[in-house]
Amino acid sequence: MVRVSTGSTTGPESTTGPTAETVWDIAAAVLDPEVPVLTIEDLGILRDVGQDSDGCVHVQITPTYSGCPAMDAIRDDIIRAFADQGYDHVRVGFVLSPAWSTDWMSDEGKRKLQEYGIAPPLPRVTDPSTLRQAQDTAGAGHGGVVSLSLSVRCTLCGSPDTRELSRFGSTACKALWVCNDCREPFDYFKAI
Amino acid sequence: MTPEMSAPVAPMGAPHPDNSGLFRYTVSLADDALISAQRMGEWIASAPQLEEDVALGNIALDLLGQARSLLSYAGQVEESSGGQASTAARDEDALAYFRDEREFLNVQLVERPYGHRGGDFAATVARLLILSTYQMELYARLRTSTDATLSAIAAKAMKEVDYHRDHATMWVLRLGDGTGESRRKMQAGLDAEWAYHHELFENSHIDPALLEAGVAVDPGLLRGPWEERVCDVLAEATLTIPDVRCAVTGGRRGIHTEQMGYLLAEMQHLARSHPGATW
Repeated sequence: MVRVSTGSTTGPESTTGPTAETVWDIAAAVLDPEVPVLTIEDLGILRDVGQDSDGCVHVQITPTYSGCPAMDAIRDDIIRAFADQGYDHVRVGFVLSPAWSTDWMSDEGKRKLQEYGIAPPLPRVTDPSTLRQAQDTAGAGHGGVVSLSLSVRCTLCGSPDTRELSRFGSTACKALWVCNDCREPFDYFKAI
Repeated sequence: MTPEMSAPVAPMGAPHPDNSGLFRYTVSLADDALISAQRMGEWIASAPQLEEDVALGNIALDLLGQARSLLSYAGQVEESSGGQASTAARDEDALAYFRDEREFLNVQLVERPYGHRGGDFAATVARLLILSTYQMELYARLRTSTDATLSAIAAKAMKEVDYHRDHATMWVLRLGDGTGESRRKMQAGLDAEWAYHHELFENSHIDPALLEAGVAVDPGLLRGPWEERVCDVLAEATLTIPDVRCAVTGGRRGIHTEQMGYLLAEMQHLARSHPGATW
């Protein structure tokens, strides 16, 4: 069962000091199972880690998408990571607020994504339709002006001349793009 | 200790004198999403193109995720109000798999097969346009609900249904403003779905106290903005706004079409045959 919490701070008091840093570091090193070069800290889904007076570690994570099937695996991986370090009592909670967006992803995370072969999310604009229009224009390839700052770069050859092949990809967080230069398809991490 | 620590909000499950209204409202939101997801999942491996298998599968997964959050919350609400007093609290699985047809509060729009024989892609995208536009308007307002959990779920879901609406719009434009044949099929699919759209804007199932307290959104208020957005898309797609008789509905009262039973049988069969099974 998913226990939905809204991010309230009714949980135990977080400790401060070296212990707090240690438990944060243990949780922060857990890798995302779908993109195993990114840690959950890089992805921006690790919200809080603390230890209560009984020694129980409390970790709060937030889903990228409501239906993300990796959440259960991530929870299990967090519990395993702590067990390896000798922490037997770990509780992982899910929080929904504030809602995750790709802005929570670290620059380091974006760099790792690119290296892994997934184009990182573009910065979000206030009105998503503006970006879509810009992408449509850039992707249409009818000799129009291509906006380089808004284009998704091919992860294989680096060309900005790319187009969206499918708005949905192999996981909820990705879309499928293709490069007009090298003709190779690649994943793009959708900006939400 | 973390700069991005979430802002404190009201503790969930704050005591209400009677939570049965909130329970039913939350279940109605959840069931729209859950039953849509179940029906849409039928497209996986049989959509017109591979990309569409993936797209409809992903959309169904988003809806399923929203349903899970909402059903989990409904279970907590029921528990806190002392519902189901003598039995264990119901979790998301208990609510999804062990409720009977009359306890489901989804609109009939989402439970019907796509088209007369099922598998009508035009009807599928027409329904997705109708539903996602409604959900977009709904969640945009529910985001500011005085209920912290509903507000959090809505803020998350809004981004997802916006993407669904975008996808539906793309197809309605492409098929409506396409060939003569694609336009004829798109119009027929739209006409078939249109007869059921009005149920989305009914509000008789919502406890007036929830509206007064700013917990629930009055669906009647969504009709205007919904019509504006949908009609814009239809006009651009050269389609005609259907002039069809409204179907008799009752989903919000637990009255469903014949097809709902078959859908639930498929969805619930495994869990009911093997209670507590895990894999």
